[in-house]
Amino acid sequence: MSASAQMTAADGAGPAPVRIVVAYGFWIFLLSDIIMFSALFATYAVLRGQTDGGPTGRDLFDLHSAAVETVCLLCSSYTCGLGLLAVERHRINLFYWAFALTFTLGATFLGLEIAEFARMLAAGAGPSRSAFLSAFFSLVGLHGVHITVGLVWIVFITAQLAVRGPREFVLRRLRCFSLFWHALDIIWIALLSLVYLGAQ
Amino acid sequence: MGKLTWSAIPLGQPIQMAASLTVTLFILATLALVTWKGWWPYLWREWLTSVDHKRIGIMYVLLALVLLNRGFIDAIMMRSQQAIAAGGAQGYLPPERYDQIFSAHGTIMIFFMAMPFMVGLMNFVVPLQLGVRDVAFPVLNAVSFWLTASGALLVNLSLVVGEFARTGWLAYPPLSELQFSPGVGVDYYLWALQISGVGTLLAGINLVTTILKTRAPGMLYMRMPIFCWTALASNLLICAAFPILTATFGMLLLDRYVGMHFFTNAGGGNAMLYFNLIWAWGHPEVYILILPAFGIFSEVIATFAEKQLFGYRSMVLATMAIFILSFMVWLHHFFTMGAGANVNAFFGLMTMIIAVPTGVKVFNWLFTLYRGRIRFEVPLMWALGFMVTFVVGGMTGVLMAVPPADFMLHNSLFLVAHFHNVIIGGVLFGGMAGYNYWFPKAFGFTLDRRLGKVSFWCWLIGFYLAFMPLYVLGLMGMTRRMQHYADRSWQPYLIVAEVGALVILCGIIATVAQLIVSIRTRESRRDRDGDPWNGRTLEWSTASPPPAYNFAAMPQVEALDAFWDMKQRGASRLRDAYESIEMPSNSANGFVTAFFAVVTGFAMIWHIWWMAIMGLVCALATLLAFGWIERVDDEVSGDELARVEQARFRQAESG
Repeated sequence: MSASAQMTAADGAGPAPVRIVVAYGFWIFLLSDIIMFSALFATYAVLRGQTDGGPTGRDLFDLHSAAVETVCLLCSSYTCGLGLLAVERHRINLFYWAFALTFTLGATFLGLEIAEFARMLAAGAGPSRSAFLSAFFSLVGLHGVHITVGLVWIVFITAQLAVRGPREFVLRRLRCFSLFWHALDIIWIALLSLVYLGAQ
Repeated sequence: MGKLTWSAIPLGQPIQMAASLTVTLFILATLALVTWKGWWPYLWREWLTSVDHKRIGIMYVLLALVLLNRGFIDAIMMRSQQAIAAGGAQGYLPPERYDQIFSAHGTIMIFFMAMPFMVGLMNFVVPLQLGVRDVAFPVLNAVSFWLTASGALLVNLSLVVGEFARTGWLAYPPLSELQFSPGVGVDYYLWALQISGVGTLLAGINLVTTILKTRAPGMLYMRMPIFCWTALASNLLICAAFPILTATFGMLLLDRYVGMHFFTNAGGGNAMLYFNLIWAWGHPEVYILILPAFGIFSEVIATFAEKQLFGYRSMVLATMAIFILSFMVWLHHFFTMGAGANVNAFFGLMTMIIAVPTGVKVFNWLFTLYRGRIRFEVPLMWALGFMVTFVVGGMTGVLMAVPPADFMLHNSLFLVAHFHNVIIGGVLFGGMAGYNYWFPKAFGFTLDRRLGKVSFWCWLIGFYLAFMPLYVLGLMGMTRRMQHYADRSWQPYLIVAEVGALVILCGIIATVAQLIVSIRTRESRRDRDGDPWNGRTLEWSTASPPPAYNFAAMPQVEALDAFWDMKQRGASRLRDAYESIEMPSNSANGFVTAFFAVVTGFAMIWHIWWMAIMGLVCALATLLAFGWIERVDDEVSGDELARVEQARFRQAESG
């Protein structure tokens, strides 16, 4: 078998470069994360009708808010991708702008979600009201927790890039973050379809 | 301090107090010895902060063997209770203690004995078999181990402070809900398993990436040792199943801590949802445990029959078929729930189908042995004991896969006998085979044969004595988890089972004696060339114990059973020159993260909110701090490598 730079581990070329290994491992982590969400999706699907005489999704959900949240999140994914491309072309200032925008959009999403939760709590429709609301708050809340982690990560990675420069280990983490952020989009689309649109 | 008061120390309960005092004294004595001998710097440098997959693997196995003893003490207490508590007698364990003991026994044996045993062996062996220097993410590997150890610590802490769950090893609601289990027992259970579960998931991700992305040059998929294949399937299952467990326990925690209604009787909750979710993890978990054991037996049988494994390709296919099918049978754990005849029929059929690839494996092992040059070493004896025992256990399993039969046998001792039959006969025998087989690789000397055989025969005979009566009792109508019973005709069988447990105790003592004797006579049993069994796979091509970097030069793989092939070709393993290599440096990340995980878990269990927040913030800070630093690798120069390798081959020739 001839040794060639194009060969991968599957062809017997030996261990893959660190860059590939890290991204691959992180992909598997994301898939496992999606499985955790799918357990909660399944739970929601089972419990959505169990309102215990309380309010239903139709009574509670504000589709306008959900639409704005969706727009924020999808745009933030775009700016995140833009930031990554900027770094790879060594345009650090563009990266800062892109990630500042990503952060703002993510924070707006989170703010809207918290406002929605607060409104529901004030209306007496908290997570302990019924099984349906337990499932709703846990599923949407878990996504919100992920977004919060993502926001902390944005601050951290931007600071690291500012201090350490575009070193290879920083770039590897940046790529992982971008995978993470896009995965949250995918989960949100499923969430929007099943929870918000499904309630109508 | 939240719910924590001095009354949490079980002063009024003599048995629990004696147990907790013994454990506490043992731990204090160990710490005192380490301090007195001045071993802390060595321990810290070489073990606690090690990111070497071999060290981590050894620590996993050590954890498993220690907790095997804890779980076994629980077992023998239950056997003794049932041997005497017949008719009007109540035995020596009150119901609330007995319930904690069977819950702790199951939890510990599955999560903190079987899991670390298998994960430890995979950690140690897989990178060596793949011909690489470490796993894909060495620091993450240390984090995984220390999180598992944290969980084990929390479970054992419940012995000293507070109580353990009384809800069985899977904590079914509504019994495990706050309304019926207001104590801290279920919280100990949940937090210990959440923390160790995260560790297991990370370990799974790590090994999957290692196997799929970092193999020695020439190691095609169809040249991977069969143990690596089974490890791949097992770790893929970990990645796919453990998140479900985390989500399920998360929901139960939300029910208990913030009054949600996932599984409660009130508020529209649905306990049956929990059964489905927990077994959607639980059945794959069975295969997470047994598949690596199948891999160990395959390696052991091929080595000691001195033949290539019969039907390697069919073995790979069977492994992957089991991997897929394992997600399609979970409902057979609760046929009696009443999902309907068609649903039960589907899952019954799927369960019978999964026996087919397992049967393929059994025949492959038989045909490997057939006309092989068999050497009756200790690992092979465990493998043979497994083949007989596991087939019996497998057949009782297929019997229970028939829903009408299951309605009779559900929750009876027949079931208890069945799963001990496959878990002891499969996983534990596999662990012991692997332990005897790879011990010389890990420590550089073989284990004593005579005591190894004593241990094997005690375990085998003890197992049959302890569990065959339980099959009969199950058919006689005895249900599981009984603290006492009225029917005196059951008692003789339970006394036989008690005797069996005592024979197993002899097996455990023989295992400990084997270790001590082997260490004392290690000079006469040195493994000088690194290949004590005339092995077939790459782990035997390097020194015993292997250097930190495993292979001075990365092996070039030309065939299945790569090392056997090298020996046949007479390929020289000593090279003229070596390239310098970079090895990951030590990291305290795992140990520190785990420390804060224990603090957080303990605080959550006792509702000490300030401490929980502090622990969580510190854990996050640790993560960020370690994420900030760029890791610098240690370099090993080519000259150094050449020197070590030449010395090793000189020694092997003279020895």
